[in-house]
Amino acid sequence: MLNYAVKRLGLSVAIVSLAMFLLFCMIYLVPGDPASVALGPRATEAMKEAMRVRMGLDQPVWVQFWNFFTGAWTGDLGEEVLSGRPVLDVVLEQLPYTLVLIAGGISWSVALGIPLGCWAAINRGSFADRLVGILSVAVIAVPSFVVAIYALLIFAVTLQWLPAIGAGEPGDVGDQLVHLILPSLAVGLGWVGYIARMVRASMLEVLEASHIRTARAFGLPERLITYRYALTIAILPTITLLGIGIGQMLSSAVFAEIVFARPGVGKLVYDAILTRNFPLVTGAVLVTTVIFVLLNLIADLIVGALDPRVRSSF
Amino acid sequence: MSEAVSSPPARTRSDFGRSVRRLLREPLGLFGLSLVLLVILGAVFADLLTQWDPTRINPRDRFLGPSAAHLLGTDQLGRDLFSRVLHGGRIALYVALVSTAISLAIGIVLGLIAGYGPRWLDNLMILLFDAMKSFPTVMLALALVTITGPSLTSVILVVILVNVPGYARIVRTQTIAIKSSEFVTAAQSMGASTARILRVHIMPNVIGPLVILASMDIPVVIAIEAGMSFLGLGVRPPTPSWGSILNDGFGQIRETPWIAIAGGLPIIIITLGFTFLGETLRDVFDPRLKGRG
Repeated sequence: MLNYAVKRLGLSVAIVSLAMFLLFCMIYLVPGDPASVALGPRATEAMKEAMRVRMGLDQPVWVQFWNFFTGAWTGDLGEEVLSGRPVLDVVLEQLPYTLVLIAGGISWSVALGIPLGCWAAINRGSFADRLVGILSVAVIAVPSFVVAIYALLIFAVTLQWLPAIGAGEPGDVGDQLVHLILPSLAVGLGWVGYIARMVRASMLEVLEASHIRTARAFGLPERLITYRYALTIAILPTITLLGIGIGQMLSSAVFAEIVFARPGVGKLVYDAILTRNFPLVTGAVLVTTVIFVLLNLIADLIVGALDPRVRSSF
Repeated sequence: MSEAVSSPPARTRSDFGRSVRRLLREPLGLFGLSLVLLVILGAVFADLLTQWDPTRINPRDRFLGPSAAHLLGTDQLGRDLFSRVLHGGRIALYVALVSTAISLAIGIVLGLIAGYGPRWLDNLMILLFDAMKSFPTVMLALALVTITGPSLTSVILVVILVNVPGYARIVRTQTIAIKSSEFVTAAQSMGASTARILRVHIMPNVIGPLVILASMDIPVVIAIEAGMSFLGLGVRPPTPSWGSILNDGFGQIRETPWIAIAGGLPIIIITLGFTFLGETLRDVFDPRLKGRG
């Protein structure tokens, strides 16, 4: 297991390093001089020159890359162009909003997906099963930004049940939760489908298992067998699925944050692009990439710990 | 002898015909097919179906609700939304076809190289594929557009970057599985060149499942185009795109909700259509792929 964990960790480090390299190439290729962007149109040539030195732009490419690379690994992602604050601080300030949004998305997908999948598995082959199958595929297919806009249109604009914009009053948890309902639905709805399908498949497998047959032979009530003995096992693959899911929910979160005008990393990157604040763009992209890689690492390590076959094939 | 070393027989014509008939018997597949056809026909015959120019600005007709003259209403510049939706379909289908074809071509070549080439190259390419996939899609799109600027080409580039690693991995896995099979060993021992082995013996066995998977990715591709255009990172105005219509509508969602509805509806129709069709196709053509994803 240790051998596997070290190898898997090495892969993650390599992936993050490669991502940093790609990001550096991107910044380097961006048309326009970052120093002139930072100082605005009225800056003199001397001011620009001083700014270039301060940003390290006067050095050879490979020195710039090395500085970026070592800086990034130690958490120094440079300074934001407009206010001069460290990029990492700005990103970490926005990150909790995005994480809460994703947690909300997971709540929706688990709360709806597990019962639906369970229901379909118990009524295998019935109309209900088919309906859940079609619904799952349908919610996976429809893009999250369309869900976000239609949810906004129906529940916030037309019915006016829920607020349309913002993250709620700071400090008022109830208000914040109410503001979370629609955006997190947009983030999580697609995953309702994935989880329902996953739970259905593994539930069907578990219901055939011998310990379930034994439980039946002992005459335990069907309800107890289903929820207590079958579902607790059938739910396990869902956990690893969510590990991957969180990364994809990051993408949906960007749209949800923009549509519902919520603070968060997605909104931050979007606004940074509009204002051509490139260090902020690369910094935020890097932070989300690291989170994504980390989550996949954790999911793989959990699977590796549970299933020796995965370890040996690596 | 030559019989024994030839590739496994490909599907015959009658097999294909039977699969198509089975597809048409599945209600879900038929429903999906009709949705897709609806959009395709709408895009192809856009000029016959509506007299309105999708980019012509009519300041006197701004924000008209749906009516007999304007089936879906007009937007903030007085442009007919029905016409914009139909022409937006052309953009969506164009991006889907072009970027999927390019992704497939690159994915097949890279996958064959990784699967058939030396071990170190394989490891390096797998690492690259994993690194590419470690960017969340939207973040990748946002980062890329900062360099290239918003355009149709940027959208196609993002789709290729998102799709190629997955396709290449599938091709690689299949290639590795097939390259140790008897008919490949036999071809090698008879002196067939690497290029010939790849083209005649490995490619045909790799391409079938790949094309089915690629067709199931089409709704994702269309979603990427619409999503990027919605964020203003894709198709530039005034070219009609479903995403940019949705964005126009989002800005006016309280006063004139029909613009957002007109932009979202075709996206829902086409993604549902392709997904239902793809699910059924997969079950009919290749039951082995069932349960993937």
